[in-house]
Amino acid sequence: MDTFIQQLVNGVTLGSVYAIVALGYTMVYGIIQLINFAHGDVVMIGAMVAYSVIAVLVGAHVSLPPLAIVVIATLFAIPVCMAVGYALERVAYRPLRNAPRLAPLITAIGLSIVLENIALIIWGRAPLPYPQIIETVTYRLTSHPDGATITNVQVAIIGISIVMMAGLLVLIYRTKIGVAMRATAQNAQVAGLMGIDVNRVISITFIIGSGLAAVAGVMDGSYYGVAHYQMGFILGLKAFTAAVLGGIGNLGGAMLGGLLLGVIESLGAGYVGEFTNLCHLSGWSHALALRCVSDPHLALFGSNYQDVFAFVVLILVLVFRPSGLLGERVSDRA
Amino acid sequence: MRVGHRIGLTLIAASVVAMYGCGQKEEPKKAAEAVAPAAAPAAPADEAVTVTIGSAGPLTGEIAHLGKDNDNGVRLAIDQANDKHLKIGGKLVKFTVDSQDDQADPKLGPTIAQKYCDEKAAGVVGHLNSGVTIPASAVYHQCGLPMISGSATNPKLTEQGFNDIFRVVGRDDQQGPAVAEYLKSLNVKKVAVVDDATAYGEGLANAVADTLKAQGITVDAREKTTDKATDFKAILTKIKGRAPDAVFYGGMDATGGPMLRQARELGIKAVFAFGDGACTDTMPKLGGDKNVEGMICSQAGLPVVAASKSFLDAYKAKYNVDPIIYAPFTYDAANLLIAAMVKADSTDPAKYLPDLQKISYDGATGHIEFDDKGDRKNAEITIFRMVNDKLDPIAVVKGGKSVKFADFMKLAAASAPAEAAPAAAAPAGSMKEEPKK
Amino acid sequence: MHAFFDTRGRPALVWAGLALVAAALIALPWVLAGIGTAWVRITNLAVLYCFLALGLNIVVGFAGLLDLGYIAFYGVGAYVYALLASPQFGIHLPFWVILPLGALLACIFGMLLGAPTLKLRGDYLAIVTLGFGEIVRIFLNNLSTPFNLTNGPQGITLIDPFRLDGFSFAGTQHVFGQALTSPIKYYYFLVIVLLLVIVVNVRLQNSRIGRAWEAIREDEVAARAMGINTRNMKLLAYAMGASFGGIAGGMFSAMQGFISPESFVLVESIMVLSMVVLGGMGNVFGVVVGALMLSYIPEVLRYTVGPAQMAVFGRTLIDPEVFRMLLFGLALVLMMLFRPAGIVPSALRKRELEQVPADVG
Repeated sequence: MDTFIQQLVNGVTLGSVYAIVALGYTMVYGIIQLINFAHGDVVMIGAMVAYSVIAVLVGAHVSLPPLAIVVIATLFAIPVCMAVGYALERVAYRPLRNAPRLAPLITAIGLSIVLENIALIIWGRAPLPYPQIIETVTYRLTSHPDGATITNVQVAIIGISIVMMAGLLVLIYRTKIGVAMRATAQNAQVAGLMGIDVNRVISITFIIGSGLAAVAGVMDGSYYGVAHYQMGFILGLKAFTAAVLGGIGNLGGAMLGGLLLGVIESLGAGYVGEFTNLCHLSGWSHALALRCVSDPHLALFGSNYQDVFAFVVLILVLVFRPSGLLGERVSDRA
Repeated sequence: MRVGHRIGLTLIAASVVAMYGCGQKEEPKKAAEAVAPAAAPAAPADEAVTVTIGSAGPLTGEIAHLGKDNDNGVRLAIDQANDKHLKIGGKLVKFTVDSQDDQADPKLGPTIAQKYCDEKAAGVVGHLNSGVTIPASAVYHQCGLPMISGSATNPKLTEQGFNDIFRVVGRDDQQGPAVAEYLKSLNVKKVAVVDDATAYGEGLANAVADTLKAQGITVDAREKTTDKATDFKAILTKIKGRAPDAVFYGGMDATGGPMLRQARELGIKAVFAFGDGACTDTMPKLGGDKNVEGMICSQAGLPVVAASKSFLDAYKAKYNVDPIIYAPFTYDAANLLIAAMVKADSTDPAKYLPDLQKISYDGATGHIEFDDKGDRKNAEITIFRMVNDKLDPIAVVKGGKSVKFADFMKLAAASAPAEAAPAAAAPAGSMKEEPKK
Repeated sequence: MHAFFDTRGRPALVWAGLALVAAALIALPWVLAGIGTAWVRITNLAVLYCFLALGLNIVVGFAGLLDLGYIAFYGVGAYVYALLASPQFGIHLPFWVILPLGALLACIFGMLLGAPTLKLRGDYLAIVTLGFGEIVRIFLNNLSTPFNLTNGPQGITLIDPFRLDGFSFAGTQHVFGQALTSPIKYYYFLVIVLLLVIVVNVRLQNSRIGRAWEAIREDEVAARAMGINTRNMKLLAYAMGASFGGIAGGMFSAMQGFISPESFVLVESIMVLSMVVLGGMGNVFGVVVGALMLSYIPEVLRYTVGPAQMAVFGRTLIDPEVFRMLLFGLALVLMMLFRPAGIVPSALRKRELEQVPADVG
């Protein structure tokens, strides 16, 4: 039971990081039906900028509490990422708005390569050890002395992602710009006729998504303690999967998809090996029984298939609900 | 020092395309000092013969930092050789390095190998990954170009029957058993083995697991992650449930460090052991100082600290950083090529190959001789322990026997006093030009 | 494009043109070998990418189904060849048996992918195909336990080269005093197959099937209303595209002599898709141009970036290999910005682009 709780905690934390990044994908997709493949790299830029700020502040022995340093670093990273996001939209996506659907996909890939190599030039090739200035505090979740635990960083990550999600919902449903975004998502042409500056709304969407990316970058770096100029790729991929799982274009879907993906990965890696343990079949095959003597955990699928589980669930969900878990509520599109 | 970088590779006689600039500084400000004395194609062709040594590895991509480290090792060796103004075949020889980026992509291996063949390179040091080295080795063999890898550990590389393919690093099936041997000496009963699902990590982890099982130690969990993963908590939680005495991870420091940190966060108290991929000085930073304390890791060959202080100093002076993992090996590899050329008095691969095959050389990573396959004969494997953020050599495993490091040094000192003085690694004069930052 | 192959109108002119092209293709490897045999290898890889791009073009360009996992079929083909012609299981079948087998298996995989994705559209399809590609790669990477099929990340070594009646494609023979190297032999084989594939593609596009695909791409509902069996047609597109990938994989295996799952990663799928889109989706010649360009650009940059920096600045400011990738990324962006429908757009796309009103999304 302790193991199970621990796996859930792991999964929810991982899922929260996915969810924040997925929000960025889903916002952009909701409004212009574009997969912003460079979004993962914006996350990377956020993590890197914050890394530099933290390194400078720590190096200068500024007498600030660690939490303040991380907050300052995040506040630096957010505008940088926003600028990058805005630039991406202006330079690469806006000119292609009427182009064939796949054209912006290719520019996005091109930009992703460009961003990564710029980061390589600035921050170098080696994985950067993210300064662990916030002391990790571990809380016990069960009475068992060696049982499930949760750390303060994990709590913070889960909390921040909930707060950001709530903030985003308020922005979309309670503000003027939110109305404009929803209108643009529904029908950009009509929105334009109603006096909405569609280009501005799209730019703002990119800017907000990139701001979220910056926060996600700092969270990822602080939690895992490492940043690398190619870290955005896998993270982006997972987040994109999460966004589609939940129903791309749907904010709640992104959050749900992220959490689900995180939990599936954790539980999958943790338990599928047990379920597919071939040694249960020892009675059927002598050769198998022999191998099980030296290898009692001989499994058909183990943690090596961690990434497969996520994709299999995704495919199954899409077979039965072709637009994702929450994808049909079109009005929810940001 | 910087001289070597800045030299645009001189034209290889007939080849129009082979010209290649190979500067390699990360920061422009560093590049700004030092105007390359040799940058201008000053040396007329009749005075010095230019001999190209290839240096191939991933210079972009996930493990580009390791590729760069390898390349640095080669360049250091070449610069030192050039400072000695070697004469081969009666002519003054100027070595140049042609660094190529293979992006750790197997399909680029043969292409780059072919490029070296085309431009008649005299020898090649590389590649970093076994996955790239193996397909490339066929091309090197076809055109008779000797290649020494400083980091490809997959046993299959030298099982192909190519007489011009060598490696100075230990094979997975040499290093793995050595680690397992040492773990056994710690009296562990249950071990969890994890790898990063790469050719390197899996090969090493399998070797460790097999040896452990053969010795009657239970391998209680055999898990896999990937070399790009950052979250290991799922598999670590599973491992925690099995409560092993030790955990072995076959993978690089970029994943090994965070894994160790997460394990400690989860309260796993087992001893962590790693192969050479995570036997680096960045582990304390990546894994957290107090987490890595006491971790164990292995490196093929003798620790550079023991074998060649002069290499370490020269490297540090030239690049202002410590070597990461394989630089001493690629440094040795380049020196081996040169030593064989000097011995054969020829830079023609066909002529110096026999000398390379039977070479006996004391390098930065210890004594090197090749066996029939091109593997290092009697490769020593050194076991390190992390003490106060420093990797401390504690044992040397040779031929399946583990000797305490201190004892080994005593023995070595008694039998061969010259062991620590690499033949071709005389301190290079140019090093003093290194500006202090 | 059709007119190009239509020799009825002006036979003499067209045949003369074809003869010229043929002569150029025959002479090319020798010219390249003069510069450096590496260029012949680069060309061979470029031709392989042409196969892949053409195969993917059937799915993406003709039928309009976005596929981000195409490299999986390449991997399947490569592993079929490797397993049936290497010491892994001690089986050494001749290549003309294995290549069709590889194509067949890839074809089956194509339908396996197609079946659950029939209802999906656009970006949902993209992520499912992406997932499929990753699943295949992860399986290739992990099928070493509990039973060793693929040898996992260690890969398969010593794969047989093509052999025809004792004539091996590996090694060097001497013909008329010229060295007939292994890459040159493969080049001729590849180019012959490529020409065949191009002809098949062009004929396919203008066939009943090709028009059915086009109808599905433009409007699936309307296509079904017209009596097209959209399910079968989509499956057919996946199957045909996949079998081209399977053949290409087999040839890659033989040329490399060693394969491991690292060669079949997502980035490769993305690269092939880029070739299709960049060249001009749906246009066979455009796709070939796209594949050749994206294969050659990084290699040309490999040879030129370093010296160019030296010439301009007198020293190296940025590592050549980093600069190379930077330029490659920029090239992708710029080419798309200036020719959003591809370098050689298909006639239909060109028409569409001119007509499309300002409509976001």
